[in-house]
Amino acid sequence: MNRIQGVWAAASCGALLFVVACGGGGSSHLNVISPSGSNVQPVTVSGGPTGQYVDGAFTSVTVCTPGTSTCQTIDGVLVDTGSSGLRILSSALMIPLTQQHAPDGNPVVECLPFLDSYTWGPVQTGDVQIAGEKANSLPIQVLSDLEFPVPTSCSDNGPSADTISSLGANGLLGVGSFAQDCGGACVSTGASNPELYYECPAAGCSVVGENLAQQVQNPVVFFATDNNGVVLKLPAAGAPAVSMSGSLIFGIGTQSNNALNGATIYPLDQFGNFATTYNGQSYSGSFLDSGSNGIYFLTSGVTGLPDCSGFYCPATTQNLSATNKAAGGASGTVNFSVGNADDLFNNNPTAAVFGDLAGPGSIDGFDWGLPFFFGRSVFTSIAGQTSPGGTQPYWAY
Amino acid sequence: MNAPKIFPCRAGSAELLQGAAILLAITMMMMMTAPPAFAGLGQDVSSVPADQVQMKGTLRSTQTQAYTVHEIRAATGTVVREFVSPSGKVFAVAWQGPWPPNMRQILATYFEQYQRAAQAQMNSRPGRRPLLLEQPGLVVQSGGHMRSFAGRAYVPDMLPSEVSAEAIR
Repeated sequence: MNRIQGVWAAASCGALLFVVACGGGGSSHLNVISPSGSNVQPVTVSGGPTGQYVDGAFTSVTVCTPGTSTCQTIDGVLVDTGSSGLRILSSALMIPLTQQHAPDGNPVVECLPFLDSYTWGPVQTGDVQIAGEKANSLPIQVLSDLEFPVPTSCSDNGPSADTISSLGANGLLGVGSFAQDCGGACVSTGASNPELYYECPAAGCSVVGENLAQQVQNPVVFFATDNNGVVLKLPAAGAPAVSMSGSLIFGIGTQSNNALNGATIYPLDQFGNFATTYNGQSYSGSFLDSGSNGIYFLTSGVTGLPDCSGFYCPATTQNLSATNKAAGGASGTVNFSVGNADDLFNNNPTAAVFGDLAGPGSIDGFDWGLPFFFGRSVFTSIAGQTSPGGTQPYWAY
Repeated sequence: MNAPKIFPCRAGSAELLQGAAILLAITMMMMMTAPPAFAGLGQDVSSVPADQVQMKGTLRSTQTQAYTVHEIRAATGTVVREFVSPSGKVFAVAWQGPWPPNMRQILATYFEQYQRAAQAQMNSRPGRRPLLLEQPGLVVQSGGHMRSFAGRAYVPDMLPSEVSAEAIR
């Protein structure tokens, strides 16, 4: 241990004891505290717990039964700046958490729609620790189709992503632009409620109004400090690789390791998007999302790039550029490459890091997924939290 | 169990009337109790109001030369547009809003095909990404993120010849 690590270890003694105390709780794992700060969590781009994932940034999260030292460190959790809230597969969770109940005493269960699937499972609270940061009594979603039968209104979204084979991860660490996953729309029942939160007595589930404080929360806002956003810092990608190491840094402008340092600020519009101009056309539904495992933009019909099983497969790698532009006026050019996904996968069967992976699918813009984050420090601020860029949510890079 | 004899071979006029009454009663019961199972993609334009009811939304229709768009705006902020051909069939649906619409409702009889294909794509290579299904007879594209979703689904064979898929949004 070098001197700096020693100082940090001393300063973080409580945290270390806490983690050590978790030994009996499950697959325990002690993170070496990074010399660069207690707000730094290591992430690894790898095949994840299934070994099958590509361009996914994984990390570990320590979860404890509230108010106890019964803890478990769960690895293989996907770092997702495109959603908010911690979600853990029931099959990966070995310790009990505290079930949340509606005012009438019925258990609260959530249905969360994603693009190709939904997640379903009870809302439970746990004490969560990531790096030196703690979020006590954090409402999270425990993903399971078994504890509470999935109501038709939820399964009408498509297939479920509540198993390790369908999720490709042990959980999702949603550290996106919002403090809660749903927000004000879910507080009252009625026609404007998007039907994410249910109460589930034995007789069956029905939609319930869920106060903001009870909703599944972005863990970062529960931290005592460094609670206004995150920085995901990854090295540049070269040739396809088996893995890559980087950092998830909590807070923006709260410590010497998370200053904006002249990064360009792109405020989000009311829908959580900005505009990307490509080939002279502006697409307003564009966004940054570490939880998308490629750069997904437009469709073959627009780009002229042939697609193959959900990715682009041009005959030769295409070097392209686009311009991101925020409502606030900031803009900047992004150069990116689109490789032939079939060739990339076939020629590199053990690789999980692909800088040139792209595909179609976002009909109104660019879904700047993990390859965009390679070689950058990307800041994602949280709406309503104060940071050097203001209280409006923004990306900066 | 005896099936009700609705149209007996040699029925008198009283029996015919009785049969017609039973048929009417059964039809009315089905209309009252059965959910509007056949609304949305591939269905008749007459199914659009059922989607409006399900979405608890307002309906606005606009006509172009090639098709009519029935736009349902739900109180959740999600907008569904159903594209109807001159022959009166819903050949495409598009959606945009903070949350996706009920996919079973808008894909109707194509929902099972969509679900199987989405599951297969998820299992073939795990990874979180937009959905692109290009099945024989069904194309579904769905993108976005939490609090902002957009997508479209269409039946290529039903697309009027002068309509490009890019117009469906």
